[in-house]
Amino acid sequence: MKARRTIVKWLITLAVLHGIVLCAGFFAPYDPGEQDRKSPYLPPMRLHLLDSNGHVHARPFVYSLKLREGSFEPYEEDTAELHPLKLFLRGSHYRLLGFLPGQTHFFGAENARIYLLGTDAYGRDQLSRLLFGGQVSLLAGLLGAGITLIVGLCIGAVAGYYGGWTDSLLMRLAELFLALPWLYLLFAIRAFLPLAVSPLKAFFLIIAVIGLVGWARPARLVRGVVLSAKERDFVRAARGFGATSGYLLRRHILPETSSVLLTQAAILIPQFVLAEMTLSFLGLGVPEPAASWGNLLSSLQQYSVLVSYWWMYLPALAMAPFFLGYLGLASSLQERGEAYKIETRSLGNLT
Amino acid sequence: MFLPLPSHIAAAFPQQKSAKEELLVLPGEVGRSGGRLVVSLRGEPKTLNPLIAADARSREVIGVMQADLIHINRATQLTEPALAKSWKISPDGLAYTLVLRQGLKFSDGQPLDADDVLFTFRTYLDENVHAPQRDLLIVGGKPISVRKVDAYTVVFQLAKTYGVGERLFDGLAILPRHLLEKPYQEGKLGQIGSLATAADQWTGLGPFRLKEYVAGQRLVLQRNPYYWKSDIKGKRLPYVDELVFLFVPHADAQVLKFQSGETDMISQLGAENFSVLSRQQRGYTMTDAGPGLEYNFLFFNLNDAGEKTSPELQRNQKWFREVKFRQAVSAAVDREAIVRLVYQGRGAALWGLVAPGNRRWGNEKLPHPARSLDRARTLLKDGGFSSSTGPNGESTLLDSDGKPVEFSILTSSSNADRAKMAALIQDDLKQLGMRVQVVPLESRSLLDRVTQSRDYDACIMGIASYDADPNSDISVWLSSGGLHLWNPSQAHPATPWEAEIDRLIEEQMSASTFEKRKKLYDRAQEVLAENQPMIFLASPDILAGAKNSVGNFHPAVLEPYVLWNVEQLYLKNGTGNATR
Repeated sequence: MKARRTIVKWLITLAVLHGIVLCAGFFAPYDPGEQDRKSPYLPPMRLHLLDSNGHVHARPFVYSLKLREGSFEPYEEDTAELHPLKLFLRGSHYRLLGFLPGQTHFFGAENARIYLLGTDAYGRDQLSRLLFGGQVSLLAGLLGAGITLIVGLCIGAVAGYYGGWTDSLLMRLAELFLALPWLYLLFAIRAFLPLAVSPLKAFFLIIAVIGLVGWARPARLVRGVVLSAKERDFVRAARGFGATSGYLLRRHILPETSSVLLTQAAILIPQFVLAEMTLSFLGLGVPEPAASWGNLLSSLQQYSVLVSYWWMYLPALAMAPFFLGYLGLASSLQERGEAYKIETRSLGNLT
Repeated sequence: MFLPLPSHIAAAFPQQKSAKEELLVLPGEVGRSGGRLVVSLRGEPKTLNPLIAADARSREVIGVMQADLIHINRATQLTEPALAKSWKISPDGLAYTLVLRQGLKFSDGQPLDADDVLFTFRTYLDENVHAPQRDLLIVGGKPISVRKVDAYTVVFQLAKTYGVGERLFDGLAILPRHLLEKPYQEGKLGQIGSLATAADQWTGLGPFRLKEYVAGQRLVLQRNPYYWKSDIKGKRLPYVDELVFLFVPHADAQVLKFQSGETDMISQLGAENFSVLSRQQRGYTMTDAGPGLEYNFLFFNLNDAGEKTSPELQRNQKWFREVKFRQAVSAAVDREAIVRLVYQGRGAALWGLVAPGNRRWGNEKLPHPARSLDRARTLLKDGGFSSSTGPNGESTLLDSDGKPVEFSILTSSSNADRAKMAALIQDDLKQLGMRVQVVPLESRSLLDRVTQSRDYDACIMGIASYDADPNSDISVWLSSGGLHLWNPSQAHPATPWEAEIDRLIEEQMSASTFEKRKKLYDRAQEVLAENQPMIFLASPDILAGAKNSVGNFHPAVLEPYVLWNVEQLYLKNGTGNATR
């Protein structure tokens, strides 16, 4: 039962992380598209407890950063006025989960803007963009993985259960898809699409594309499980009693694949988040000014940003806990289904 | 003093000749000879042949291998004698008499005389050669005629007075007749001058001549021993023995090569890379030469494509044709923010076609209204637009039919600066309630859309004038011009104000004095500013850098930004400055 406890632990971690991203409007101090044109590439502000006169404050505060007269960098702390961190402040409008209107933000400062992760080239708050960008990237990963698994399950089950030429045809097709250089395929597909696509359309296009490209692997795994499951005694018995193919698949065979599917899901989601990031990084994903994790990193393509503004790397770090969560979940799922794992491995050699 | 005989003969020969040679003496710091100068070039040049060179890289290389009759000094932006030591313009402004320097030689040692000049202009004007220079040499609908008076005097006859005057000779390389006559007669002029040409099969009058070409890597040029300029101490220029162009296509890679000391100079830098280099200065100096001649602008599709136009575009064009709409967009654009965020303050906000780097031609009276969203809103209201406010306080701009104002702006995907401008404008216009999408497009298909298929809403582009004279932008001004981007190559001017600009520009072309031209040109700038077919944004500074060991480094705002005085550049300490 230790395995189950680890699974629950990972699930809670992931739920908390996703909850924060889901409620980005509340946790982000500002609107992700809002440009503060006086503060481009502002470094992350430091939270202080000790002020410049040596007094200790109970409430953490920040100093605003000012540009030195006539220069464009570096920023310096303006210690004339301190701005305490306030919780539950009213700020820009947002819609929680897409429909609940709100104006209260988790934290902020009065009469000053607070940038805990710095700003980008347009003076947009990196923290807010990171949280809102997570919505896009994670949703793309989740939906993409969902589509992939459904398509993979259907194709794998049909191939494994019916066998014969159906099996050969579908598996050759799967091999074809496995062999495709998917990144170039994505480029090609994106090139066919109209020029100006709205962020929403672009988002669903990405999901459809990455979802449809990745079905081959889960399909092969599912086929393997189905191949072994359909030869089991209880399945044969059920068939002997006159069960139809649909009933057998639904009642006896597909449940056997659940462990494989769950493990696959935990592996595929981060993979597809990464795929979305790759596309957005290369400018083929969600268009600016909408944020996504790939968009946030795309400025790093410039040498000057790479060597000058270290906080532009932060989005890359921020996704680490998510990926860790998913991979941890995947491995404990795998541990729990050790029996299945052995089975799929031996069957994997068969295919 | 007596020298041993063989070397005496060898040394005496050039000395004897140089007595008759009329060298051009350049003022300025005296340098030391020797060494090799390495610069990077944004890719491989296509050709060394001035008759077919169309790309900037080829022009840059040809610039140091060839010379012209009269040259524009890149620092003063004024004309100076070059191969022609003097010139006279007849009182009616139709005949230009040029006197050549005597005793000059091409880089292969063959002498230069009036026949070379005649041959040069014959090839430029020959329709079968398709030289890009041909259009410049057609004045008043007729090609310029060239006549030889004696071996060193040539008369150019124009059909109509030409406001540009002697500036027209700048950049027109004088070609070697002894080398090109035969291929010209065989009709093969367009095929020669590739980079793989043997070094002794190519020649010119510039400070450097061909030495070695390594495909995909570098082009090595060698000092021209017969070059016709000297410093004030009488030492023959150029100072450096070798000039190496490394082919480095990527701007960031050029920065890295400069930083690591592989190249001696760098130019055409972006502001961000410039500040990276400035911050970690080690043994090199960065120079901001001030705003250049590049101007960036936003324009709307004002083509009248008739039935081919899609219904959406037709609806959008109803807004674009409304001058108040364009004025409102211009009023809403935050130019200061563009200069600050895109160019890190190393640039200038722009309200007209003349970039601030052009010292003589800007209209100082042109209004420079500060950004005002209120004025923009008033203008839109006057133009029949209204706005509705959504539940979250976001406003939507509606046209007179109640349709929301939505359009897309094209930018070149390879230009990060313009993409940034587009993102800023997108946000500016959002505040007016316009919903704008930015579409990055590969630059060739972008140009194709704007000039050929004409299927777009709006576009951000930049043009860099090659000369400070307004005539270098003639195809932007004239409604028949190919770079009249909002509605290119019109048969007849589509609007009265375009007709007026056409008239003003054509009149200034043949005006005789600078004052007259300037007045007409000022008026043209005003008409353009009133109608805002182009919404001017900003002009970047020319940013360059060189190792501290490079002497006489004075970047100019005109092309070629750092190599314009290449003959005077020298290396202060030892040879072999850059390592390859």
